[in-house]
Amino acid sequence: MRRAISGLRSFAAYLGAVMGADAYGKYLEHHAASGHSGRPMTEREFWRDRTDRQDVSPQGRCC
Amino acid sequence: MGKMPDGTQSTGTVDEQMEHDPTLPAPAVEDSVREAEERKWTPLRIGVWVAISLLGGIAWFMLAIVRGEAVNAIWFVFASVCTYLIGYRFYSKVIERYLLKPNDRRATPAEYKADGKDYVRTDRNVLFGHHFAAIAGAGPLVGPVIAAQMGYLPGTIWIILGVVLAGAVQDYLVMFFSMRRGGRSLGQMAREELGVVGGTAALIATLLIMIIIVAILALVVVNALGESPWGVFSVGMTIPIALFMGVYLRFIRPGRVLEVSIIGFVLLLAAIIGGGAVASTEWGAAFFHLDKVTIAWGIIIYGFIAAVLPVWLLLAPRDYLSTFMKIGVIVMLALAIVVVRPEITVPAISEFASRENGPVFSGALFPFLFVTIACGALSGFHALISSGTTPKLIEKERQTRFIGYGGMLMESFVAIMALVAAISIDRGIYFAMNAPVALTGGTVESAAQWVNSLGLSGVNITPGDLAQTANDVGEPSIVSRSGGAPTLAVGLAHIMQQFIGGTAMMAFWYHFAIMFEALFILTAVDAGTRVARFMLQDSIGNFIPKFKEASWRPGAWLCTAIMVGAWGAVLLLGVTDPLGGINTFFPLFGIANQLLAAIALAVCMAIAAKGGAFKYLWIVALPLVFAAVVTITASMHKIFSPVPAVGYFANNAAFSKALDEGKTSFGTARTVEAMEAVVRNTMIQGVLSVIFVVLSIIVIITAIIATLRSIRDGGGHSHEDPGRPSRVYAPAGLIPTPAERELMAEWAKVPLEKRLETPRHH
Repeated sequence: MRRAISGLRSFAAYLGAVMGADAYGKYLEHHAASGHSGRPMTEREFWRDRTDRQDVSPQGRCC
Repeated sequence: MGKMPDGTQSTGTVDEQMEHDPTLPAPAVEDSVREAEERKWTPLRIGVWVAISLLGGIAWFMLAIVRGEAVNAIWFVFASVCTYLIGYRFYSKVIERYLLKPNDRRATPAEYKADGKDYVRTDRNVLFGHHFAAIAGAGPLVGPVIAAQMGYLPGTIWIILGVVLAGAVQDYLVMFFSMRRGGRSLGQMAREELGVVGGTAALIATLLIMIIIVAILALVVVNALGESPWGVFSVGMTIPIALFMGVYLRFIRPGRVLEVSIIGFVLLLAAIIGGGAVASTEWGAAFFHLDKVTIAWGIIIYGFIAAVLPVWLLLAPRDYLSTFMKIGVIVMLALAIVVVRPEITVPAISEFASRENGPVFSGALFPFLFVTIACGALSGFHALISSGTTPKLIEKERQTRFIGYGGMLMESFVAIMALVAAISIDRGIYFAMNAPVALTGGTVESAAQWVNSLGLSGVNITPGDLAQTANDVGEPSIVSRSGGAPTLAVGLAHIMQQFIGGTAMMAFWYHFAIMFEALFILTAVDAGTRVARFMLQDSIGNFIPKFKEASWRPGAWLCTAIMVGAWGAVLLLGVTDPLGGINTFFPLFGIANQLLAAIALAVCMAIAAKGGAFKYLWIVALPLVFAAVVTITASMHKIFSPVPAVGYFANNAAFSKALDEGKTSFGTARTVEAMEAVVRNTMIQGVLSVIFVVLSIIVIITAIIATLRSIRDGGGHSHEDPGRPSRVYAPAGLIPTPAERELMAEWAKVPLEKRLETPRHH
């Protein structure tokens, strides 16, 4: 049972990662590692910025 | 980059520049260790590959040689998977080892340009899924269905061998070359490698091809939703659902992507179930019963609005939903086919394989089968995705084989499953569904009579069979529902009801399939319009600089309107075409897509030649020659064939002549307006074919000139970004090898802060 739950959880984590749900975490990681002096964007700001940037740099989707 | 006297590219000089930080473990497995590992053939390993080859061989034997009453669908799975494994393990390795020569000591753009936003190192398995979701859509679900007119074998051979030798090769090469160039797009690479003429031709061709592809994808949706209240309601509901998800993600719970996708998915299921209820009421059936022209206008208006609305409101949430569905649907379809294992009674090679007047698509097997199935075997559109986005996320160079080549194999598998689903239904029903109204007459009686008059072996359907199938899937009619999507939906419903739910669930599964196909296509339409708009803005910006400003509203709106107007016009031509739309337009879609592939491969060949790998240029030349021959021959047929069913201008002349003679009906066109429509449509299709083929030939010729120049000079100036030492490590494929595991363990010991430190500090 526990195995099934952890399997399901890692599948959900994988699916989330494929869809980009972990983007904010990665941004924070990068921010910390690159030693920027300013504070990082908050989660809300980050996602806003992300979709607003997509407005001007669209990603193709194939047929 | 330095070259050895024998003309091969030397990686030695690059390695010398890339001294790695001595306090860190190595960023790559030692070449000699890796080589030894790759070449060590243990008895177990030999046994496994012998078993894979044997199983694949038997499966191909069952499909191609054995002629029984029926063939089991499981053989399609074995033949494809075993061939993919062999292609991946052996052929893609040859490409890696001799042509591309990835170097894990070299940092990828995701490392040296890391910004935490666009350039982010991404786990290879995650990126595999991400890339797959970006390349796969409705294309591989539609082409194989239409091509099934010729029997299952020609399509199966092309999908499986085509992907191994052409499609996956293209994706892999484009991705690798773009990665070495900081994630540059195909258009930018074409300009760099081929000069102004080749680059401009490639840009215009890409833009036109995108218009055609978007228009014909939209045509597939229109054909699936026409006169289907249930379909219109449930697909229409995806718009409010996406808007809700967009608001939820922006204002209520930012960043909860998986959560909102699950909510969206549940709402989607509710919309499908609710659609059945709505369509069964009198007002619902009347209100949502729309003809094709109305739906086409709806999609055109929607396309414009979606492309000017902010991304967060509609496009991003729709994309999440589409990705979520994509992965779910593929897993479900694979499971169902393996569990149910339907018996296929369609002949391997049908009566239409040797004719050029098939009712589903016209033209002879060569070259038209190879353009009808584009996505799943060789898709030029992928070159636009494989350059740009994905290369900015790759962690290590060696992973491009798994993500680029492997990702395309996965799409090919989707195409095979779609083929299996489509051919699992009765052949009579297949032809009744896929032939234009002009042939079937539109009613169950006339359709059954027409199908039986074809004289196909083993085909004998009654009007009752057609009515029963329509009833099972909850549609008013299934006659002349061309475009591939409805046929796949019937096939899928047929298989899925044996897996879950029984006949009572067939209508649900049918509309579930229509829903996800429409969702994939509308996402591609949105994104395609937006990408095309930016390309146009960029091009006009070369003359009027103001247009380059993405935030300048009038420019953005104008360019969007031009793009939507262009594909909208083609869509309306297709919808109103008396000859059936799909029948004549689908080859144009395939030709456009394959020409783009030829352009992408031509650019790759020029790049590879500059790198000096002359001995292995055949790896690129093989698919390039094939794609060029197929598409140019197909275009020539379409332009010059004297057979009206095939040649656009021949058809145009025939109808013009009939009009001049004062006839009021000719062939399948029953009125003067319809005849005039044929004259107009065939002229536009013909002119488009001419433009495409001319542009593509220009690109191919410039690429050949660039290649020959490189061969003469022993190489050429490389536009690669300069190599930088890598400070990270990750294994190349799905399962790490022992040496890779060892190195991973070493890296695991390095403290986190030290590992994350980027070398970009100034």
